[in-house]
Amino acid sequence: MSASVPVAAGAAEQSQDHQHQLVPSDISLRVKSLESLLVEKGLVDPAALDALVDTYENKVGPRNGAKIVARAWTDPAYKKRLLADAPAAIAELGFLSTQGEHTLAVENTPKVHNMVVCTLCSCYPWPILGLPPVWYKSSAYRARAVIDPRGVLKEFGLELPDNVELRVWDSTAELRYLVLPERPAGTDHMDEETLAGLVTRNSMVGVEKVKASLPKEAR
Amino acid sequence: MNGVHDMGGMHGMGPVHAEINEPVFHHAWEARVYVQTRAIGAWKKWNIDTGRYYIERIAPEQYLRMSYYEKWFTRNVELLVKTGMVTRNEIETGVPDPGSARLTPPLHVDRVPQVALNRNIAPSREPAVKPKFKAGQRVRARNMNPIGHTRLPRYARGKTGKIFLDHGVYNFPDTNADGRGAKRQHVYSVRFTAKELWGDHASPHDFVHLDLWDDYLEHA
Repeated sequence: MSASVPVAAGAAEQSQDHQHQLVPSDISLRVKSLESLLVEKGLVDPAALDALVDTYENKVGPRNGAKIVARAWTDPAYKKRLLADAPAAIAELGFLSTQGEHTLAVENTPKVHNMVVCTLCSCYPWPILGLPPVWYKSSAYRARAVIDPRGVLKEFGLELPDNVELRVWDSTAELRYLVLPERPAGTDHMDEETLAGLVTRNSMVGVEKVKASLPKEAR
Repeated sequence: MNGVHDMGGMHGMGPVHAEINEPVFHHAWEARVYVQTRAIGAWKKWNIDTGRYYIERIAPEQYLRMSYYEKWFTRNVELLVKTGMVTRNEIETGVPDPGSARLTPPLHVDRVPQVALNRNIAPSREPAVKPKFKAGQRVRARNMNPIGHTRLPRYARGKTGKIFLDHGVYNFPDTNADGRGAKRQHVYSVRFTAKELWGDHASPHDFVHLDLWDDYLEHA
């Protein structure tokens, strides 16, 4: 079950192809047809649709979360505020309106590891991590994260020592979770921006640790 | 409802595949479905709970077969028709029915920067809504099997845990999803041991925290 990253990546491509073959070939036409209907009826503003696509493709994403994590690593007072009142601390960096959504930051330590799932659908902290990756929304992750979390972590290359407490947060309500990963050893000399460059999306969902150096393709 | 969407603890789903350098959307139509969802949501003809309920109502074999955004598209069509925003005939023809009024969209492009990241689901501190439980108390998730929408997963029903945190006051999804009212009440993070949920084989160091409403819980 402990597939290496390249093997898992290859399998993902197959799974992706497989999944998309099963989608009726006319789905893109049906979506286009609905959109032109919605526009003609004045139900949606086409410019607003384009702006929303641009927002989620280019402006929102895990880089936001990485900046929050790097700030928490370098500013102890900020970290304290983040853990006590995450929406306010996130709003300080401009990524969330304070009325946006209730977010809880949970801290990984040598003794406690946190990971996040939504077993019922796909709840995910959009403003700070963007839209969720396919694996997060997959049946396999939703089914297994709560019953076999250590097995899932192994597939992401993370072997957690038996005596580390593992907390799985199932996002069953409107709370959204940000895992504050551990700052890796050997990064004392790095500034906030360099640190932010190390923080991966998966580490903020709690399925991997942050490493002191990061291969480009893993971001 | 005891639907196939309630996946926690199921077997047979295979390994988790993580794609490297995954794009935000894999196809242009997926992006259009996502933003159509946000833009039609701005009419506030249905709430987030209804939106989730109409994905759960997709027949199980379809639910498992469809890709993520195809489920969203299916849900959107159902709710647009149900609320009278479009007709079945319009869906089939792709053009407005004769005589249908042209409306003004509530989500104008100028408002996108403000609303894109603001889903208005902040917790509410409502002193008038009293919590039934306090941090540290032992609680049991009720054994209930409603045929409508619920956010109490099957794997936690009947299980005993401990109140970990009080998250504040939220709408109650079971009634909010189908027009029976918001029934606002406290939501808690409830901590269950993996052994309680899954039996003796589970690790004594593993815990699952679920966010559960007052109406899902009883004293234990």
